[in-house]
Amino acid sequence: MSERRSADVLIVGGGIHGCSTALHCALRGLSVILFEKDHAGRHASGVNAGGVRQLLRDVAEIPLSIASMELWLNIAALVEDDCGFVSEGQILVAEDEAELEIARARVADLRLRGFTHEELIDARELRRLAPAVAETCPGGVVSRRDGAAIPLRATQAFKRRAAALGAVICENERVERVARESGVFVATTPRGVYRAPVLVNAAGAWGGALAASLGEVFPVETIAPMLMITTPMPAFIRPVVILRGRKLSFKQFDNGTVLIGGGHLGKAIPEENRTILDWRKLAVSAQTVWDVFPIMRSATIARAWAGIEARMADDLPAFGPSRLHEGLFHQFGFSAHGFQLGPGAGAVMAELIATGATNTPIDGLSPARFARAPG
Amino acid sequence: MTPLADVGRLAGSYDLVVVGAGPAGLAAAAAGAESGLATLLVDENATPGGQIWRAVTTTPMKRRETLGEDFWKGADHVARFDRSNAAYAPRCTVWSLAADARDDGLIEIGLSMGGKARMIAARQTILATGAQERPFPIPGWTLPGVMTAGAAQIALKTSGAVPDGRVVVAGCGPLLYLLANQLAAAGANIVAVLDTTAPGALRSALPEFGDFLRSPYLAKGLRLVAQARRKLRFVSRVTALAATGESRLEGVRFARGGGVDERIACDALLLHQGVIPSINLSNAAGCAHEFDETQHCWRPRLDDWFCASMAGIAVAGDGAGIGGAESAALRGEIAALGVAARLGRLDAGARDARAAPLRAELARCLRGRRFLDLLYRPAPQFLAPPDDATIVCRCEEVTAGQVRDAARRLGVTGPNQMKAFLRCGMGPCQGRLCGPTVAELIAETRDMSLAEVGAYRLRPPVKPITLGELAALPQTEAAIRAVVR
Repeated sequence: MSERRSADVLIVGGGIHGCSTALHCALRGLSVILFEKDHAGRHASGVNAGGVRQLLRDVAEIPLSIASMELWLNIAALVEDDCGFVSEGQILVAEDEAELEIARARVADLRLRGFTHEELIDARELRRLAPAVAETCPGGVVSRRDGAAIPLRATQAFKRRAAALGAVICENERVERVARESGVFVATTPRGVYRAPVLVNAAGAWGGALAASLGEVFPVETIAPMLMITTPMPAFIRPVVILRGRKLSFKQFDNGTVLIGGGHLGKAIPEENRTILDWRKLAVSAQTVWDVFPIMRSATIARAWAGIEARMADDLPAFGPSRLHEGLFHQFGFSAHGFQLGPGAGAVMAELIATGATNTPIDGLSPARFARAPG
Repeated sequence: MTPLADVGRLAGSYDLVVVGAGPAGLAAAAAGAESGLATLLVDENATPGGQIWRAVTTTPMKRRETLGEDFWKGADHVARFDRSNAAYAPRCTVWSLAADARDDGLIEIGLSMGGKARMIAARQTILATGAQERPFPIPGWTLPGVMTAGAAQIALKTSGAVPDGRVVVAGCGPLLYLLANQLAAAGANIVAVLDTTAPGALRSALPEFGDFLRSPYLAKGLRLVAQARRKLRFVSRVTALAATGESRLEGVRFARGGGVDERIACDALLLHQGVIPSINLSNAAGCAHEFDETQHCWRPRLDDWFCASMAGIAVAGDGAGIGGAESAALRGEIAALGVAARLGRLDAGARDARAAPLRAELARCLRGRRFLDLLYRPAPQFLAPPDDATIVCRCEEVTAGQVRDAARRLGVTGPNQMKAFLRCGMGPCQGRLCGPTVAELIAETRDMSLAEVGAYRLRPPVKPITLGELAALPQTEAAIRAVVR
């Protein structure tokens, strides 16, 4: 609860995006009130795989991803916590020649567009970077500056830094209603009524409903990507590994535990803050790991879980000004790959709010692309 | 009863699956099968009985007075289960139990036997997973030679083993005195019983004494304490406790009522300060829980038929709140009547008529319980260790000081957030051992109630499974049908 009832900016959602935008707004001298119905990072931002990945992103997201990477590489300077970030690279492993050919074409296309962060690697370099990958894999693509961080720790570091700079963070305070009255956004929570000329929708899986309540409908669904982690194994791999053909992301932490993800979906029940795991799909993940990492065949699974996320129909976020209301900005629908984008997206959003424009190309993410969407 | 030795022999679906073969589970499974339900009882152990009646059919401890008459009562309950038509899967680990992701109204259960995993379905489930010992974090409690009284009792019941050398038993609660007597009768050299019952506890418990006078606990309890006091060196009002030693336990250091430190040399230290419901399965399944102020622990929120907040899941026995063996068996029986009615085998009138005498008996059993709960509520310094160097999470070696620091400096307000900062609760035990202590430390540091602080959200698998077991699960609908037949 806050004494303050009005500000320059209201933010709905205390995930890494909301917290990052709060921090960057505060850095620009804007007054901010952020609402989070649970605690910061309770959902997707706190329980994702922690991948800090530029690799294999949609072209529309690459400029934002690169801007974010610059912040990740010096994250402690921004939030006074290293967020557990390590930069050991991420590798896309091609399981056969056909997959390697697709990878080759992708890297060539990125070069033409001026992006050089993805590099094609042959079997020898793949083996050097990740000796544990099965002998049969002929190569892949590496993004050497990529890495991973500890998601809840990172999200809460952004929250704490934003609060230290004066942002008001209201956790366990659910926004029940928003309305626009005479050009001002009015947010009602069980603890009060708050007003600001700018509203940022960073409500993640709940972002679609918030937008719809203001008359702006997005083609968005709620998903529950599943993850599992093993008990500690001997150290055998440094970079994060992802596959192209089968769903897998794979990361060993310093303490030896191995995180297995890749996007198999459980069932999300967002009204109850709850997910249900689908063990048959986790079994598919386990089978993939069995095939690609023979060393993992003796591993023990310690935990499995799922986050609650918003997925757009085109797998790209709604990021930028609303197509209906002046002063409303969307920053949600990151479709299970928003964690890495958090730091940069907050900076760009604050720039948009403060100056009305940004030099970072984000047109492909604009909410306006759904102007003719049904509903 | 039909024993099943291989996971492939389980049916794909049952009317009722009961988890745990202690007093509540045995009664629930027998009653379920007797009412005509296709019933499966799964249990981790090789033989039925749970903790209290562990190895009742196989123990080498044949002198009846060593383990006491209450132990041998278990044989009758096992015999009734043996006569039923229930299927029985011993040495079977349930690692997941939740509503089916496919939304068919069934409960989906992941289980493993002999290194092979399987998913089966149940229309109704009764969780009878019993209690676990309340963690007792003191300086030095991770030294070899220190163990819980419960672990010592398992060794005694299953193989007649008693700890070697000089034994000190420390803590509070009826089980502590029972074990001290059992071990002494079995020949252990118990050099002291250090009683940590808080001096003020009797005062807060006294208003409940009237009920206790009419309770079945009274005679039994007085006999236990009197026996322990008569035969053993009994030190009461212990207010501080530490295990000492370099690479293994060499002795115990303690203080009485703020007095000087005293020391006793010993080779084994058995710790116990009561039991709390084992809520791992119900928690991981997503059932709502509430904090029981009297018993100072979390328990699932249940209705009159012991149904949890998630459809298809009921919880019976000490896993639903500590009541002891007799009450557990009665609660298992009542829960099974509820299941039979929900599945159309009993109408509501018959269910209620059959439950009425069981409920009366249950009320008699639980009379006086409040007195015991209040009397043996652990003192605060044994719930939240004052010494910052004391290890709290044994898996990840996290200390009390680290938890206090994160709660204070990083503003961490709940155990789930604490995991991300310190990794406490993320080791192989999944926070079963450190959960209550971490919550106490957060509550103390931030001046919150335990109900506000909350508990770890447990993640399945509730017990670890291997990647190979998981990979070998049937993954497609066709493969599943082929297994189910």
